Order: sequence, then structure tokens, then C-alpha cells
Amino acid sequence: MTFFGLLLATWHLAVSWSGVPPYLLPGPLRVATAIGANFGKLVDAVLLTATGALAGFLLSCVVGIATGLLFSQSRVIERSLYPYAIFLQTVPIVAIAPLIILWIGYGLQGVVAVAFIISLFPMVANTTTGTTSLRPDLVDLFRLNNASRWQMLVKLRLPHAVPNILTGARVSSGLSVIGAIVGEFFAGYGTEDFGLGYLIIQANGQAKTDLLFAAILFSTLLGLAIFTVVGVLNTILLRRWGDSPR
Amino acid sequence: MGPITRAADVTGVGTLPHVSLQALGHRFPDGTEAIAEVDLTIERGEFVAILGPSGCGKSTLLRLIAGLLVASSGSVAVDGLAADLAHRRRDELAYVFQDPTLLPWRSVHDNVALPLQLRDRPAGEIGDEVDRALQLVGLGEFALHYPAQLSGGMRMRVSLARALVTRPGLLLMDEPFGALDEITRQHLNQELMDLWARDRWTGLFVTHNVYEAVFLSSRLLVMTARPGRLLTELPVPFSYPRGPSIRATAEFARIAAAATGALAALET
Repeated sequence: MTFFGLLLATWHLAVSWSGVPPYLLPGPLRVATAIGANFGKLVDAVLLTATGALAGFLLSCVVGIATGLLFSQSRVIERSLYPYAIFLQTVPIVAIAPLIILWIGYGLQGVVAVAFIISLFPMVANTTTGTTSLRPDLVDLFRLNNASRWQMLVKLRLPHAVPNILTGARVSSGLSVIGAIVGEFFAGYGTEDFGLGYLIIQANGQAKTDLLFAAILFSTLLGLAIFTVVGVLNTILLRRWGDSPR
Repeated sequence: MGPITRAADVTGVGTLPHVSLQALGHRFPDGTEAIAEVDLTIERGEFVAILGPSGCGKSTLLRLIAGLLVASSGSVAVDGLAADLAHRRRDELAYVFQDPTLLPWRSVHDNVALPLQLRDRPAGEIGDEVDRALQLVGLGEFALHYPAQLSGGMRMRVSLARALVTRPGLLLMDEPFGALDEITRQHLNQELMDLWARDRWTGLFVTHNVYEAVFLSSRLLVMTARPGRLLTELPVPFSYPRGPSIRATAEFARIAAAATGALAALET
């Protein structure tokens, strides 16, 4: 807190003494004023971006876990499809976002699609690791009890993968915010409704650097909020898994 | 579970050895010969210990009997059934691993319930049987604990309860107490002894601890390494039930010395 105060003071003094024009670097007071003047707009933008990010994240959880479970069922499926999953990870999202928007459409669905694609891979990769990295003893235990494939999946692989899935969810939730903002760069919305990404582009275009700072600040807070919520869920759910020996 | 005809149905249960291994050998795909020419007959209700250095193929032997591995030569028969058929009636068989092999996300109760759940038994029956098994190992009060909250010895007891919950006729134990300290090990040996004396299932216990093998078994087999072969058989003539006092007898020391001697001869 003290550090944050010092940082703000230094920032303020540096800006006011050096005479840097506000369109290059606004001082903290200007940014605070911009937040005050545009508060309603910023909150609406955060909510809209959060909706897009959350929808994309949840979609990536469902699809990612399902894909991971599918991969756990057969080495052949895993080997043949995993490269495509890696493609999702390596392709620069900024480069393909316009294409995705073009195909999926402008507005919320396009934003959700970009958020979904960027956050999918960690879910797939972590679920696959968690469902396949079983100790041989555990597999033997189930085989000895004539467990069916389904029992093995539901009673062993899936619960065994919960810590991995939660790790994936932590990474993906952060990525989904990035995805939503990048999506909004291209998808835009109407002039009535817009998210943080659109606000950033707009503020930048109009050289409203103080508003740009405010938008960046709110983007960071949104990412932090989502990350924290997922982190708390993580801790609660993981309590049972503990660090006990498997 | 379909009807399975077996020799015992004709000749009457009890006349057939419970486990019968003939010229059993196993070679892994990489060419390593784990065991070779093992002949062994275990009668119903016997408690047999196999003693051998680590890496001598003891675990492979148990896995072959359990039907987890298919032998590359020779034959395994459990109750007169080839091991590959025996997998259909694994109700009869339970396995205790070297590690407790518990599911950390399940409570003690739910860990012990697992084998019955996998058999789709009704919930009421599962509850009764789990309570009974936990009583047997003295963990009745820990049913709602999680494995992470238990000591190593207690985890092993849970593992034992999970093996006994299906009321198996044959219990295969792969160095179950190997990772425990000596005091806990002796405690659990006594408990295992009492459990066996009570229900007289057939026990096959693999270990590298001489005293444990002598204390528990009525027959002790020493196994050589690479490939594993059965080298010597030592009868252990103490009557059951056995108590801690037998550990102090000259007879106990004599058998332990003989087994140690056989093991030491392998090293040279």
C-alpha cells in the first residue's frame, strides 16, 4: 500500500515537473478524473467484457475437459488430434481474431469465440495429463475389480485429474480476458454497447490517453478479479485432494 | 457373472489346490526374464510367504497369479481355472499393494467401499460390509478421515480393509509393510495373523524381511533373482494363532537363520 502510494506520488511529480504532454503520459489525477467522468461507461464495458470472457472460459472448460477425457480413452485419438490442439496454442490470437470474427460474426458471439479459442488449449492439455498420468498400481486396482471403461473414467481418471483441471482453469481464466479484449478490438459492438477492447481502441484513436489508462486499469482489475475467483475455487476444491500421496 | 464350469465342481471344493503354478515363466517384451520355471502348489487356507531380494520377480509372480499379466510360458491355475479365466471371478481374489494405493479424494469409508461400488452392490450392503472391514482393522472411528490425515501404518490398514471387504478367498500381498517402521510392521503382522486365523483365507505374502516371513507363514519359499526361481522351501512348524512370544524362541531363530543363509548364498 505504501509502495503504491509512493508510486502514485512519483508518477504525479514526474509528470508535472517534466512537462510531458498528457496525451503521451497523463498524470494520476487526470486518469482519476477520466475514471470519474466515464465511470458508468467503464463499468458497463467491464461487465460486457466479463460476460464475453466468462462465456468463452466456461465453453473452453466444457469442451476442453470433454476433449481431454476423449484423449484419455485412446492413444490413437490422442496422437492424431493433439497436434491440432497445439495449433490452437501456437497460432497468434491477434492474427486470427479478425478471421474468427469474420466467420462467427460481429458482437458478443465473436468475442466469445476468440476468448474460447485462446483459453481452450490449457484445459485440453491439463485434463489429458491428469487423466493419463495414473500410477500403474491404481490402474491395477481397478482392473482387479473388473472395473468397466466407464467406471475407470468416472471413478478414477476424472477425479484424479481434478488438480490438473484446476491448474488449467487458472491459466485459461486469465487468457479468456485477454481473448475477450482482443476479440473486441475487431468485433466492436454498436455505439451503445461496447466492451473494454473497443473502449481501448476508441480512446487510443481519439488520443484520450487518460481514458486509455482508465480502460487498461479496469482490464487489469477484471483479469485480477476472475483470477482471484478461480483461485479461491481452486483452494476450496483442492482441500480434499490435498498433498497426500497418490 | 456367467456360470463357469471348473474341475472343483465335479470333484468337490477342497480337493483341488487353490493356486497351482506349473513351469511358470515370464519374459517382458524387452527380453528381461523375470521368473523362470516356477512350480508351486498352495492349498486352500494356507499362508505361504515368498522371500527374496528386491528385483527377483516376486511382484511379477503375484501379478501373474492375479491375472494382471499373461504368462509367457507355463501355466497358472487359480481354483483349477487358468488365470486368464480367473479374471472373471476376481471376487475370490484381493491384492494388497506395496503402497497403500488409496484414492486421496475419497474418505477412508469410500476408499474401502470402492471394490463393492465397482461391483454395483446395493448401498445398504456396501455400508454394512465397509463397517465390518473397518472394524476388522480397528479403524471404525476413522471412517470419515481422508488418507492425508492418516499415518503410514493406518493407510496400510485401510488398504487391508479394502482388500478384505469383498471377503476374498485368496489374498495376494506384495510387500505390504515394506515401507513401515519395525514396530508398526510387527503390529500389523500380528493383526494380519489374527485376521487370517479368524477367517482362514489363502494367503500369499511376498517380502524381503526374513522375520516377517517366518512369523506369518506356515511355509516359506526363498526365491533367487534374475530370473526368479524358487530355491528352497522351509516349513515353519509353529501352530496358529501365533503371538509375539514365538519371536523369542530358538526355533524361530533357527528358521530365520536358515532363511537368511539361503538369501546370503544368493548374493555370492
